Order: sequence, then structure tokens, then C-alpha cells
Amino acid sequence: MKEVEVRLTVNGRERSARCEPRTTLADFLRGHLGLTGTHLGCEHGVCGACTVLLDGATARSCLMLAVQGQGHEVTTIEGLGTPENPHPLMRAFSEMHGLQCGFCTPGFILSAHEYLRENPRPDRQAMRKDLSGNICRCTGYVKIFAAVERAAELMAEPEAARS
Amino acid sequence: MKPAPFEYHAPTDLGEAVRLLAALGEHGRLLAGGQSLMPMLNLRLARPEAIVDLNRITALAYHRLDDETLVIGALCRQREIERDQEVLARCAAIADAIPLIGHIGIRNRGTVVGSLAHADPSAEWPVLAVLLDATLEVEGVAGRRSIAAQDFFKGLFATDLRPGELVVEARFPLPPAGAGSAFIEVARRHGDFALGAAAAVVELAADGSVTAARLALGGFDSVPVRATPDPAAAAADVHPVDDVHAPAGYRRKLAETLARRALHLAEQRARKAGR
Ligand SMILES: Cc1cc2nc3c(=O)[nH]c(=O)nc-3n(C[C@H](O)[C@H](O)[C@H](O)COP(=O)(O)OP(=O)(O)OC[C@H]3O[C@@H](n4cnc5c(N)ncnc54)[C@H](O)[C@@H]3O)c2cc1C
Ligand code: FES
Ligand code: FES
Repeated sequence: MKEVEVRLTVNGRERSARCEPRTTLADFLRGHLGLTGTHLGCEHGVCGACTVLLDGATARSCLMLAVQGQGHEVTTIEGLGTPENPHPLMRAFSEMHGLQCGFCTPGFILSAHEYLRENPRPDRQAMRKDLSGNICRCTGYVKIFAAVERAAELMAEPEAARS
Repeated sequence: MKPAPFEYHAPTDLGEAVRLLAALGEHGRLLAGGQSLMPMLNLRLARPEAIVDLNRITALAYHRLDDETLVIGALCRQREIERDQEVLARCAAIADAIPLIGHIGIRNRGTVVGSLAHADPSAEWPVLAVLLDATLEVEGVAGRRSIAAQDFFKGLFATDLRPGELVVEARFPLPPAGAGSAFIEVARRHGDFALGAAAAVVELAADGSVTAARLALGGFDSVPVRATPDPAAAAADVHPVDDVHAPAGYRRKLAETLARRALHLAEQRARKAGR
């Protein structure tokens, strides 16, 4: 099958690789670019594990073709922070035990990132609806919501107070 | 690799898309937001030989209010309407319905027109289209035509579209000022497709009497239907069958209950608007 060249910005860097048009963005990120932080659960849109930011808005990367990313900006969990320099959401998930096996976590953090950007002061009831697109089989969600609330606090603190 | 191989086309204008679709005939499939088609490709429930991707035709990514009509282009994402406060204020049924559709990430990508074209009997936009007497503007090599929503939906995932045709825009006439509207559904979990849905518009005279009422029911038949706007009679207009999610008897009760609640809420809202 004919391959095509796909060129897009991932986590602030210009990246390109060749793939078949049928390659999903999720497989492209993981297989072609080696960014395995994006997880694949159901591969048909139901679980949210594969959530990335496409031009700043959440999208399921299993429901997009890599070629459709051409010219766009993608942010994966790797782009949000690192173990050395974690994003406040990452710190909060660790602090509040917002994860157990961690499979759902990258997707949850990216959805929570969009949620907090639009709702810097989270509301538990609204959050339950707005984060309903991500499924967790371990935690029972309570600690995930607590982590998102904790992240909002961390993000509201001035930079210096955080470290 | 999940989907079966296909040729990929990404035209940048409508004319090119129409020509491509005509040339491909039954072998081509349009891709809009991908929130219904991509799962089908991944599960190989759909195996088109060629994909015609609408996402580069940025001229179709619009919506606007033309007087009393909400006009939605083929590439307008559901989330875009959800963010338009003016539209939400003008039609409560639309404001009620959108948050019930899947989840935010799905509405960020999924288009309104794609939902209409997909014609899932439980989907929200087709119910709204039938309620509001929307029309779909369709283009093919033979030219343009308009299809009324009630003639557009032909059956389970089936529409009046002919091979090679695509929907360019959908036009939703909004309820008149002072009218009340509502959209109510029952689903197992938030974001799931509805077991059943009801949407209503109620208009009142100056003395508070009801002058006009409309009711649409979704999820009960293979297409959304306009039903008698009377809770006692509405359920007789749908023909639910047993399936794994619920028995027909439950669904008939559900149709009646949802019809009553939607009509009641729409009327309450009309009274509030009239005050
Ligand atoms: C987990 C999950 C939950 C969901 N829950 C809901 C829900 O509760 N309610 C709901 O309504 N939807 C739900 N959806 C579906 C979602 O709303 C889809 O976005 C929508 O049904 C299809 O729009 P799309 O733009 O993604 O179309 P696509 O998936 O790209 O296309 C769908 C179909 O329409 C055709 N098509 C697309 N555009 C055109 C056009 N302009 N002219 C002609 N044909 C066209 C395509 O060829 C394809 O056959 C859900 C999806 C997922 C993955
Ligand atoms: S893997 Fe994409 S939504 Fe489940
Ligand atoms: S932590 Fe295991 S799925 Fe969420």
C-alpha cells in the first residue's frame, strides 16, 4: 500500500514520518514517533485512553488518521511534563493517588487539562460530566476528581510557591 | 493497523469533493469528524475503497444565524454550536441536547451534519432536525437540491442521499421568540446513546393558551418521528421493538413519559419567556 509523508507539530517540535493513510494518529504517535505515553484501550472511541490535544482541544487519537494531523499541532502526555519537571496535574495525580494501574491516566490528564483551562475553579458535579469521556477501571474516579481539584489549587498558586 | 486499506483523498474545495465522489460512486466514503466512521473503519464494519476527507474544505466550517434560521455548514463541529451562547439562548432544546451527545472530545471533532448523515435513530441532532423542520442542502454532480428532514431519514442509518451526493449545509428554523422548547432523554450512562428521547416546542397566545405545539421522538423507531403533541396520544405514533437494552413495553412507557416531560418543560419555559 502506498505510503504518504505526514508532517505535523508534536509537543512543540516539527515531526515527520511516512505511513499508510489508514494509520490512526494513535498508532502513528506510538509506533512511528515512539511516543508511547498515549495509550490505546478500546480503539473505537469509547474509553478516552488515547486522548491527545489537537490544536489545544481534546480529541481521541484512535478516531483520527495520522494524515489528518498534517499541518496541525498535537500535544501528548509527554508534552505536558516530564518526571523531572511534572505538570501540576501530574503532581496532583501522584499526590492524591489519582491512579492505580495508570493505563487511563494520560488520557485523563489531557481531558482534565482542557477542563481546568475552561474551569479554573472546578465543580465536582460539572466535572463528573465533563470528564465522563474517560473510563477508569481501577480507581472508582473519586481520587481522580480529588486530583483534578488539587491540580487546580496548585495551578492557582504563584510559580515560586510550587517548588 | 486497524482499518482495511483505502485510497485517501483530501480535496480543498467543494467542487473537487463532488467530482471525486461522483467518480468513486459506491466505492467512496466521506469522512467528516470521524466519530462514527472511524470506529466502523477500526472494527472493519466499513471497508470503503476510498475515503474523501472533508476536513481540508475549510469553507464548510461555519455556522451562522440568518434571521430566524440556524445555518450549519458540513464541517461545523458540534462543540462550536455548544459554545455559541446566542444560539443556545434562542433554542433551549438545542442547549439541552448538545451536552448529552457523547463527550467533549467527541463533540470537539464530530460534526452536526455528519450526525445527520449518519442517521442513528437515537442520535440527538436528527431528532432536533425533525422537531424544527430543518432542511438539508445536498449537492451532487447533477446539482443541488433541498430535502426536508422528515424526508431525509429513511431508516436505520439510511438516508435519502444518492451515491455521489453530499450534504453541504443544514438549515434549522429556530422557534419564534417567546416560544419554549426542551429536549429530554434517558440513557444508561451520561454520554451514551439514548434509550429514548423527546423534544418539544410550545407557543402561547397573549392570554396564556397554547397556540401551537410540536413533538419529536427519537430512539423508538428506525427514524426520529414527529408525534402528536399530546402525552396521551404520542406513544401511539411510535413502534418500539424488544432489544438487548429494553423491552418494547418499557420503551412505550418511556415514550409517553418523555413526551409529557418535554411538552411540560417547553410550556413552562414559554410561560417564563412570556412574563
Ligand atoms: C463513544 C461515542 C459516543 C457517542 N455518543 C453519541 C451520542 O450520545 N449521541 C450522538 O448523536 N452521537 C454520538 N456519537 C457520534 C458522534 O456524534 C458523531 O460525531 C456523529 O454521529 C457523526 O459525525 P462525524 O462528523 O463524526 O461524522 P463521520 O463519522 O465522519 O461520518 C459519519 C457518516 O456520515 C457520512 N457523512 C459525513 N459528513 C457527510 C456529509 N457532509 N454529507 C454526506 N455524508 C456525510 C460519512 O460518510 C459517514 O457515513 C458518539 C460517538 C462516540 C465515539
Ligand atoms: S482507545 Fe481511543 S477511545 Fe479508547
Ligand atoms: S488507574 Fe487503572 S484504569 Fe485508571
